[in-house]
Formats: sequence, C-alpha cells, structure tokens
Amino acid sequence: MARVVINAPKSAKRGEVIEIKTLAGHAMETGFRRTQTGELIPRDIITQLVCTYNGIEVFRAELHPAMAANPLIAFSTLATESGTLEFKWTGDNGYAVTQSASITVV
Amino acid sequence: MTSRRRFLALISGALAAGEVAAQLDPNIQALRAAALEAAIRRVTGGKPVRAGKVKLEVPPLVDNGNTVPLSVSVESPMTSAEHVKAIHVLTEKNPQPYVISAYLGPRAGRAGIATRARIADSGRVIAIARLSDGSFWSDTVSVVVTLSACLEDGLI
Repeated sequence: MARVVINAPKSAKRGEVIEIKTLAGHAMETGFRRTQTGELIPRDIITQLVCTYNGIEVFRAELHPAMAANPLIAFSTLATESGTLEFKWTGDNGYAVTQSASITVV
Repeated sequence: MTSRRRFLALISGALAAGEVAAQLDPNIQALRAAALEAAIRRVTGGKPVRAGKVKLEVPPLVDNGNTVPLSVSVESPMTSAEHVKAIHVLTEKNPQPYVISAYLGPRAGRAGIATRARIADSGRVIAIARLSDGSFWSDTVSVVVTLSACLEDGLI
C-alpha cells in the first residue's frame, strides 16, 4: 500500500517561508541488485514528485535510483494565500499517489 | 533444508555475479568518471560551472551508504529577477551519477533542499545549481563510505 507523509504547517503568515517535508513509503529498487541466484531485480522507483500550490507548480523533483528507500524530500515555499498544497508522486509500474495538505494564510 | 539442486543453483548464481564484477573491473574507474562528465554536461548543456554560492552538506564519514542525509543550499535572494532554477546532485562512484534534480523558482522563498541518497563508494558528491541568469555554480564534497549501498551485487 502506498503510504505517504507530508509535514507542512497548518497556518502561516503571508510572505513567510514555510518548510515542507515529504516522505513516501517505497522500496526504490535500483535495478542493480541481484537475487541469490544471480538474476537482476528489475528497477522499481519513484521518478517524480510535483508540488502545486492552488494549482500552480511550485516545486518539482526528478528522482533516480540513487535516492534512498522511502524517499524524503524537504523544500520550502512562500505562503502566499490560503488554499491547498497538492503533492503528486509518479513512478515505475504505474505508481501514482496524490496527497494534499491545506494551509491557512493570515 | 537446502537441497543439492538449490545449493548448485545458488553457487552458479554467485559465480555468475563474480564473473560480471571481474569483467567490469579494469575500466570501471574510467567509465564512472566519463559517466560523471557526461552527466555534468547534460545538466549544464556544456556551459562552464564555477565553484561557489552553493553549499552541499553531507557527513564526511558515512557509516551506511544506503541512507545518506544531504542538504543543498544556494546563496540567492530568490526574487523573480534573480533566483535559483534548478539544483542537481550527482555522485562519482554510483552505477549512475544522478541522484536528484530539483526544479524551483522564486516562489520557493529560500533556495534549498534536503533529501537522503544512496552512495555506493567513497568518492565525490557534487551539487550543481542553475541560476536564473543562466550561470552554473557547484560545490563538491568528498565522502568516505564504510558500508556501501548495492554491496550485495559486488558491482560497487
């Protein structure tokens, strides 16, 4: 089951820089490892994370096999207006998870 | 109980993996260096990269290469006229040099990201930032890895 965690403030002052931490539960199989019998384990990773703030893209990251398992990505954004932060992870084998967090700007 | 058939299968698998490692060994350093150069060229489009402005923080001694915390920050006012457009993190010794490419803009407020990487072997880790004026800046840190990521396959 795809499980993701977002840590973002519930409220912020207008113009404040807010820190957002995201964590997705995923093995991030590199495609370089072998089984005991020598067969390659196929690659299965999350390839992209996109964060939109009220529909406008504010952050995007492309991930590669060299990301650790359960990829944690922390970044920041300006609190401009109340609304929703939407996070979308996409990856190999049709992996797609969307999660949102609401924020109140005072 | 391990049956004889299963035991033989395991042994032949281990031998096959060993052979692959042996075949890769002689040129692996040159290949990895070339791959890193190619990756930097792909990221920058052949533009010169200057050292400075970027601060890459990685622990210099890594116990476990499977999760290496790292953070990148860039000196930038992050205004619409002058901001950081992208931050790329690359490694020297991994099978592929890319770790993460992050794209930000003036709405980031602060030019910085933090994440966790896998690092296969002791070597350089490089962060490259692309600024809105089209210039590229970088920071390089050498790390020592005691327990490698991807240790099992012997490919380092």
